Order: sequence, then C-alpha cells, then structure tokens
Amino acid sequence: MTPRWARKGRLAFLFGTPAMLGLITFLVIPFAMAIALTLTNQKLLSPQHVQAVGLANYERLLGLKVMRQDGIASSDGHVTFPRIRDVTRSSPTLRPYRPLGAMTWESTRFVLLARDPVFMRSLLNTALFAVMVVPLQCGLALGLALLVNAGLCGQRAFRTIYFSPVVMSMVVVAVIWAFLFNRDLGLVNQALGWLSGGQGTRIDWLGNPATAMPAIVIMSAWQGAGLQMLIFLAGLQAIPTELYDAARIDGATPLQRFVHVTLPGLSNTIAFVVVITTIAAFGLFTQVDVMTQGGPANATSTVMFYAIERGVRDQDIAYGSTVTVVYFVLIATLAILQQRFFARRAGAR
Amino acid sequence: MRRPINSRTAAVRVGLYAIALLFVIVFVSPFVFMVMASFKPNQQIFGDLGSFRAFLPVGAVSLQNYRDVIATSGIGSYALNSAFITVSTVGAGLFVNSLAAFALARLEWRGKGLVLGLIVIMLIIPLEAIAVPMMLLVASLPTLGFDGGLTIQWSWLDTRLVQIVPFVANAFSIFFFYQAFNDIPRDFDEAAYVDGATPYQVFRHVIVPLSGTTFATVAIIQGLAAWNQYLWPVIVVPSAEARPLMVGLQQFFRFQTEWGEVMAYATLATLPVFLAFVFFQRWFVQSVMGSGVKG
Repeated sequence: MTPRWARKGRLAFLFGTPAMLGLITFLVIPFAMAIALTLTNQKLLSPQHVQAVGLANYERLLGLKVMRQDGIASSDGHVTFPRIRDVTRSSPTLRPYRPLGAMTWESTRFVLLARDPVFMRSLLNTALFAVMVVPLQCGLALGLALLVNAGLCGQRAFRTIYFSPVVMSMVVVAVIWAFLFNRDLGLVNQALGWLSGGQGTRIDWLGNPATAMPAIVIMSAWQGAGLQMLIFLAGLQAIPTELYDAARIDGATPLQRFVHVTLPGLSNTIAFVVVITTIAAFGLFTQVDVMTQGGPANATSTVMFYAIERGVRDQDIAYGSTVTVVYFVLIATLAILQQRFFARRAGAR
Repeated sequence: MRRPINSRTAAVRVGLYAIALLFVIVFVSPFVFMVMASFKPNQQIFGDLGSFRAFLPVGAVSLQNYRDVIATSGIGSYALNSAFITVSTVGAGLFVNSLAAFALARLEWRGKGLVLGLIVIMLIIPLEAIAVPMMLLVASLPTLGFDGGLTIQWSWLDTRLVQIVPFVANAFSIFFFYQAFNDIPRDFDEAAYVDGATPYQVFRHVIVPLSGTTFATVAIIQGLAAWNQYLWPVIVVPSAEARPLMVGLQQFFRFQTEWGEVMAYATLATLPVFLAFVFFQRWFVQSVMGSGVKG
C-alpha cells in the first residue's frame, strides 16, 4: 500500500522536472525544430529574413529524373548522343540537375539525373557501408561469443580483450588504423605481403576510391564487434542447458546443435543486434571525418558527413536539417522493416 | 571407441585456443603498436614497421614524443576540458536521472504511464538526427559571465557548458534506473514510510544504497560517452578554448607528420579510459549485458 505522501503528484513533478526539462529542451524541441526548419531557408548567420520555402529543400535533396536520349546514328553505324550538359542547360526544368549515371540500350540512352548528386552518392555509400559492415560485424561478434562460451580456460580474459576496443575512442582507433592502412609502411599491407609470400601489389587503402570504404568497414567491425559479442553472450547464457543435453542424447552433432538449438534460442538476440548495428552503421561519421574527409572523390562521404558539411561547415542549417530528417526517416523505416522480418521468421518456425 | 573421440576433442580444444589467441593478437596489436610507436623517434617507427620490432620497445626508446606533445599540442587544457565535462555530466546526470526514475518507479501520480511511454519513444531518437537544429538552438541560449560586472552572452557556442547540459538528462539512463528501482521490493519503502520518512529520505537512504551497481553502470555509460564524444563538439566548439581531447587529437593528427607525437597523444587520451576499464571491468561488461537484454 502506497502511503498518502507517495501519492502526491506535486512531489513527483518536482523530482522529475530537471530531467524532463532537459529532455524537452535538448531532445523534443530540436526534433520539432528539425522538421520545421526543413520548410525554411534558415542559415546560422544571415542578414536575410527567414522565409518559408515549402518542400523546396526536399526537392533539392531528393530530386531525381530519368532523361531519355535518342542516339544519332552516323553513316558507319556509330551511335552518338548529345552532350548531357548541353541538354540540361537548355531546358528550364532540367537546368538544376546533374548526371548521376547512364545506361545505353541499342540506340537509346537513359540518363539518371539528380538535383544533388553528392547526397545521392553519400546515401549510396552509407547503404554500401551498412550492407558490408552489418553481416561482418554481427558474424564476427557471434563467432567470438561462441568462442568465449566454449568453456576454455581464461574465457573471462578473452572476453575482456575482445571487448576492449569498444571502450576506446573512435578517434583514437581511426588514427591508429590510418597508420595501419598506410600504403607503403602500413601493417595491413605488410601482413598481406607475408600471407601471400610477397606476391600481389600494395593497396593504397584509404587513397583509392574502391578500397577506402572497405577499409573503414574492416576497422569499424574490429572496433565494434566486442559490443555485439557481449549481447550475444547474454543471449547464449539464457538458452537452457537442458536443450543441449537433450540434443546430445539424441545424437546431434555440434553443427546440428548449433542450427537447431543455438540459433533458434538466439533469434530475439539476433534481431536486436542486427537492428542496433544497422542504425549505428547509418550514423557513420567519425571514422570518415578523421580518416578521409569524405574522399577520395566522395567515395566515403556518408549521409551524416554530408549533413555536417552542409549544415555546419556551410552553415546552411535548413538544408543540413533536411538531410538529418531524411536520415531519421530512413533508420526508423529500416528498424521497423527489420523487426517485421525477424518477427515473421520467428512466427514461421 | 573412447580414445579416438578424446583425442579428437583434445585436437578441437587446441584449435579453439589457437583461434582465441589469434583474435587476441588481432584485437591487441594495434594498441601495442600505438604505445610502442609513442616512445620511438619518427625515423625508427618507419624502420620498425616491416618487422616485429614495431611491437617491441627496442631502439632509441625515450619520452621525447610525450615532452613535445605536451609542450606543443595543447593536450593539457583539452584534457582538463574533457575531464571537467565528463565529471560534470556524470555527476549531474546520476542525480537528475535517478530522481526522475524514482518518481516513475516509486511514486503514484496521474500521467505516469504517459511520461514513461514518452521516455521510451525518446530512446530511439539519436543525437545525429537532431544535432544540426540543436546547434541553432544553443547558438541563442544565454550564458552569464563575469567581466567587471555581470554580463550576459547570447550564445552557448564555444563553451564547456554546451558540452555538458544537453547530455545531463538522458532517456536511456532514466529507463535503466527505472527498471532497476522496480526490482527492489516495495516492503523496504513501506517500512521507511511507517517510520515517518519522507519520499526524498526513502530515495536517499533506501533506494540509492541498494542500487550501487546500477549507479556504477549508468556512470560508466554516460561517462564513456562524454569522454569520447566527437560529433557534438565538432559542431558547436570550433575554437580551441573549450575544445575536448578527441577533437584536439583529430586536429593534431590532420596537421602533424610526426607519427610518434600523434601516437603519444593517442596513448595519453586513451590512458584514463584504459585504467578505468582495467579497474571497473566487471561493470563495463555488466553495463552492456544488462542493457542489451532488457533494452
């Protein structure tokens, strides 16, 4: 029974006020501002009046068009197309668009045009990063958790060591790995050289557009896997040992025990880990800001990096906010889709 | 029949140890490299990279890089800023969030369920999603100063304050405290109320003493985030005066070619976290395993 004292709402209000005030000021209001600002042309410091611009920021950010061009066949059968820039410049509706990619099919060319090709590139980079890092990091984490849980002597020491990069600052980790990835002297290339017996060319990991993002993927998985490992460990320890004993009595092999006992027992944990890793992956910023500054040739520019470039470094608050609102809608949608996917799979079993 | 199985399991165990040790090397060697390089002159770091010498304290080992980095990089004042920010955020955060969680878990009032639901919703909004508009907000908040008389400055940009206040109240911490407080039997409160205690006394003398582990866990999560924070100070602290340690490292790294000094900076920036991790390892692990399963 709660005493009369404890039933007083006024006191609860007093206790809760500092925290609620903080959360409202620094979470709810900025979130509302984010949405409102995207409908304006707000700059950080500007003599101009702030004006409502409707959905212009979203059009500028997300505008995509497909242009169809008919080729001109010359007498020798060679097909040529008009220059894209000439076409977009002469058309008032296509003028703000820049080419993103093109596909030629017989004598017709389809050109994908974007209002903001750097954002589209950043979005693609971020998605690529997530597609690479989520399986790698979650797989590595699950492997480490199984290893730590296998009953080896000193398993607590192993657990602590695998987890240790997680508590280190990402800036420190990125600085160390920038050296490790160095083309001529880095230990990554040295190790690859030893493994291949001196064969193969040295990779300029962070200087080459094709390898810069994979390099960041490897480093990020290395830094973060310990976190997911601990979550998997908690999940593994929640699986009743009787299930394993029963499977063993039935003559199940270790692989069968893994597939039919461990994986089903971990299904909720796997869903949780995949969702949080995906959300974290879409927020990729620090590694890029320290190691590559979005380069080379925008190959590592990400959604968050682009939001900070536009919103803070160019002080275009409205446009930067638009990028972050799109980012939030994206991760919220992804999280819901993934939850549904895992829930349906659990239901199907 | 028994022996082949035993020798096979023995072989499997040896294999598992080999894999486990391989991963130890993978996870530890970058840090060993960082620490060793921090004691070596630039030339030697390059020379050692081709061999295992990179991981050994050999050659012209000295503290010269540390002397140089302390003298030239401003690391001293950045470290003070980070320490002040971390201690303030954790201290104020523990008090404010646990008190709010106490009101949610132990007091009866109308609208409690609604507030709890709102806090759970707030859990999913990441800093990244609101950082840009929040910059506009803090650029127009007042600070009081003292310059011969009382002065008011209408901006929080470039202050230590702006790196503390927004992170004191924390939805995750409130929720974590709330779950822990809910697990404490209510008989304890009632006994105290019967003895004439006020709700604050119940909080202070019943709930807090029973929640040591929870406080340690929340302190570690919020403290680590404060010490390692990077995105937010990059946005709101452009100049050097209130700059925290990690932004300082990024700047030093970008404009330095002295690898040994950069590694000395990185080692110094990591040292406090490393020591805390070694001493409070159990709570670090618990903070993740506890929050992961429940959250």
